Amino acid sequence: MADYRAPIADISHALTTVAGLDMIASTDRFGHADTETVLGVIEEVGRFMTEVIAPTNRDGDNIRAQWHDDASVTVPESFGSAYRQYVESGFGAMPFDPEYGGAGFPWVTALAVQEMLNSANMAMALCPLLTQGAIDALEAHGSLEQQQTYLPKMLTGEWAGTMNLSEPQAGSDVGAVRTKAEPAGDGSWRITGTKIWITFGEHDMTENIVHLVLARTPGAPPGTKGISMFLVPKFLVNEDGSLGERNDVICVSIEHKLGIHGSPTCVMAYGEQGGAIGWLVGEENEGMKNMFTMMNNARLSVGLQGLAIAERAYQDAVAYALERRQGRAIGAPAGEQSPIVEHPDVRRLLMFQRAWIDAMRALTYTNAAFLDMAKAATDPDDAKRWREKADLYIPLSKSLCTDVAQETTSAAVQIFGGMGYVEETGVAQHYRDARILPIYEGTNGIQAADLVGRKLSMRSGGVIADELDRFQSVADGLAKRDGMANFAANLSSAITTCRQATDHLVTVAASDPASLLGASSPYLRLLGTTVCAGLLGGAALKVDADTPFGASKVAAARFFGEQILPAAEGLSGAVHATSEDLFAIAADAF
Amino acid sequence: MKVIVCVKQIPDPALPGELDSATNTLKRDGKLILDESDSYGVEMALQLVDAAGGGEVALVSMAPNGEVSGLRTALAMGAAQGVLVSDPGLAGSDALTTAKVLAAAVQRLGGADLVLAGTESSDGYTGTVPEQMAEVLGLPSVTFAKSVAVEGGSLKVNRQTEAGYDEVTCPLPAVVSVTAGVVEPRYPSFKGIMAAKSKPVDTVTAADLGVTATGWDAAGQQITSVTQAPTREAGEVIEDDGEAHVKIVEFLEGLKVI
Ligand SMILES: Cc1cc2nc3c(=O)[nH]c(=O)nc-3n(C[C@H](O)[C@H](O)[C@H](O)COP(=O)(O)OP(=O)(O)OC[C@H]3O[C@@H](n4cnc5c(N)ncnc54)[C@H](O)[C@@H]3O)c2cc1C
Repeated sequence: MADYRAPIADISHALTTVAGLDMIASTDRFGHADTETVLGVIEEVGRFMTEVIAPTNRDGDNIRAQWHDDASVTVPESFGSAYRQYVESGFGAMPFDPEYGGAGFPWVTALAVQEMLNSANMAMALCPLLTQGAIDALEAHGSLEQQQTYLPKMLTGEWAGTMNLSEPQAGSDVGAVRTKAEPAGDGSWRITGTKIWITFGEHDMTENIVHLVLARTPGAPPGTKGISMFLVPKFLVNEDGSLGERNDVICVSIEHKLGIHGSPTCVMAYGEQGGAIGWLVGEENEGMKNMFTMMNNARLSVGLQGLAIAERAYQDAVAYALERRQGRAIGAPAGEQSPIVEHPDVRRLLMFQRAWIDAMRALTYTNAAFLDMAKAATDPDDAKRWREKADLYIPLSKSLCTDVAQETTSAAVQIFGGMGYVEETGVAQHYRDARILPIYEGTNGIQAADLVGRKLSMRSGGVIADELDRFQSVADGLAKRDGMANFAANLSSAITTCRQATDHLVTVAASDPASLLGASSPYLRLLGTTVCAGLLGGAALKVDADTPFGASKVAAARFFGEQILPAAEGLSGAVHATSEDLFAIAADAF
Repeated sequence: MKVIVCVKQIPDPALPGELDSATNTLKRDGKLILDESDSYGVEMALQLVDAAGGGEVALVSMAPNGEVSGLRTALAMGAAQGVLVSDPGLAGSDALTTAKVLAAAVQRLGGADLVLAGTESSDGYTGTVPEQMAEVLGLPSVTFAKSVAVEGGSLKVNRQTEAGYDEVTCPLPAVVSVTAGVVEPRYPSFKGIMAAKSKPVDTVTAADLGVTATGWDAAGQQITSVTQAPTREAGEVIEDDGEAHVKIVEFLEGLKVI
């Protein structure tokens, strides 16, 4: 297995040429994060992730997180020291509030850090990922006292955070949560109930864990309108900031999973000794609303995990394709085995991964840039415009990148042949690890429903139409470039197909919700792939194609436009179909 | 305590390097990074200053094109300032000229209690610059240090030898070359990187230092030819039929390591 090497040039390209870091840094809010500064940081982060974090990835798969009889959970030893160095590095705090130890950097720069952390060790990276979600929620909705007590140590990573939504009867349907919260009379609450699937719910990497728990208060209305968010620390925090008593929350078991074995997925029991002590975050019954504030970032981060694991698997595949000799390539001297990288079909597998990796990076980094611009805009109309774009891109980033990661990690395994199927090469781990991504943080089915439900209706499809207009001008630009005519034609055609699909779904939205939902996933793939092609095309117009790096970006973009985009257009049929086909066979006849 | 560390900035060894066919030297026109073998000196210097309860670590470096990326890494680790000597006339300098340049840069910083350098660079391997510098500066030279401590105003160095190590005591100031791998170089933190942006790097030419840049023509050493490194041969696989340990011992005896 090849060692991970942070793809600094690709990341710099995504930050500057694709996501427009200069534009972000020209705002008052982010003026301190100029391109030179950011790239200087990114480079050191790359070295750190490559040398310190990446070597621990196999331990996660082999040694795994372990549950012990005393309800403690340990992670592999190498995680502990690598995580400690990550905390010392301070890289995790970059995007957060300077008031609590952050640096107020743009989210897109944090995304670059996260990408490398996730490529280096996705299972371990889940701990900071969940902590980040909890920080977002507390920054937005926590009381001043909660922020002052918890944020500084969470920003450094000395304390971790978790998100406790799921219960056996409440998965996709978060409104079905049953965990209870009773007021204790002193401003605190007592929490009782069982949460399942809680990532890093218990572990030995940090001295404290801050659980954010969704629960119902007495008399709360049913469904999502009656859910409140509570802060429940593993160890209560004394007045002076030191750690006090152990709270009444324990991990009763961890799951045995297909992948991400280094990340403990915990069943958490709250209140077995009478009630875990918790504090309300924000207002009563506004837990779902609070959740939504952090959900955008969290969903984008999971989409990013798709990119990150694809990159890691791709690097392994490239190394193997260069080394493994088999068969004689066309034109190679007789009597000699050629490296498999010389076979056209292996090239296809590599280009497929490479083009999609560029596309995923373009999509996710652009998405983050929209979030930054929405935050930085001083004019409310501008802010709204950026916010709409960001909101539109979130389900695309989450679903498309995590679905595609299944395909690209599978292609990486394929390049290894039989050696890909045995565990010792390590490439199988990426394939297994990747499989969680379309499931958690809102399944991809739920993302598609979000796209055709909330996102399609923004300005009655107008937000989507505006983006498509933007990409039409990219297509026009490509048409004038040598060798880009096919890409240009395919992009124009896909844009037209997307317009028709969007208009169709806007029309059926009210009258035929079953067909709308039946079409949601194919529509997401069609629109997402077209957006990716537009972003790659736009970047191809900007790079200097005379440099080897620029030429490689143009080549990957062209491959995407000529060989990947047309397949997505074929989904048009599924988008325009009615749900009749889906329900033609009765449920009990399956 | 003031410690000056000589740091070389080299092409990233993880990328395929390229030789200039006219001069047989490594092309250095791209981006340069901190030579890993110098990161040990930087770490050691930071630890010594810490142990002394105060002072400063400064850097001297000679590199083409005003390149500071590697210096920034060392500054981000915690060094306070640097002198960069960058001068087209210095291209092709031999080890002695390099030593004279670095010695002059040390003097520009007002000298130091201790000058540290790596035993050899990872892209040139002449391994003579620190000793030559000591001579130019008129200071004692200690080589192959695996640990360095300051006790009562003098230097205690454990000096790596083939058989073990020598305990060397030496007056300050001195020039010490540090063996790779003897300390764990810290990674720059986010705060360190941001702080490094505003730390001063004084960029000077050979003339500023009063050194004559002699370049290729007057170099006292030449690269007369280069050859391809031998390709690595496949290792020998020993099946363990119960007697494998005997074969392993034979193998090690053959290498004269036991
Ligand atoms: C490794 C791992 C880590 C996790 N970490 C956390 C965590 O830290 N915190 C936390 O709270 N949860 C966590 N989860 C839970 C995760 O978010 C849920 O598994 C996920 O939301 C899906 O819920 P479910 O498993 O109940 O599936 P279900 O909701 O039962 O879904 C089953 C299938 O039905 C589909 N489906 C369900 N409802 C709809 C609908 N309305 N429309 C269309 N399709 C639908 C889904 O898309 C899916 O394909 C984790 C899960 C795993 C496996």
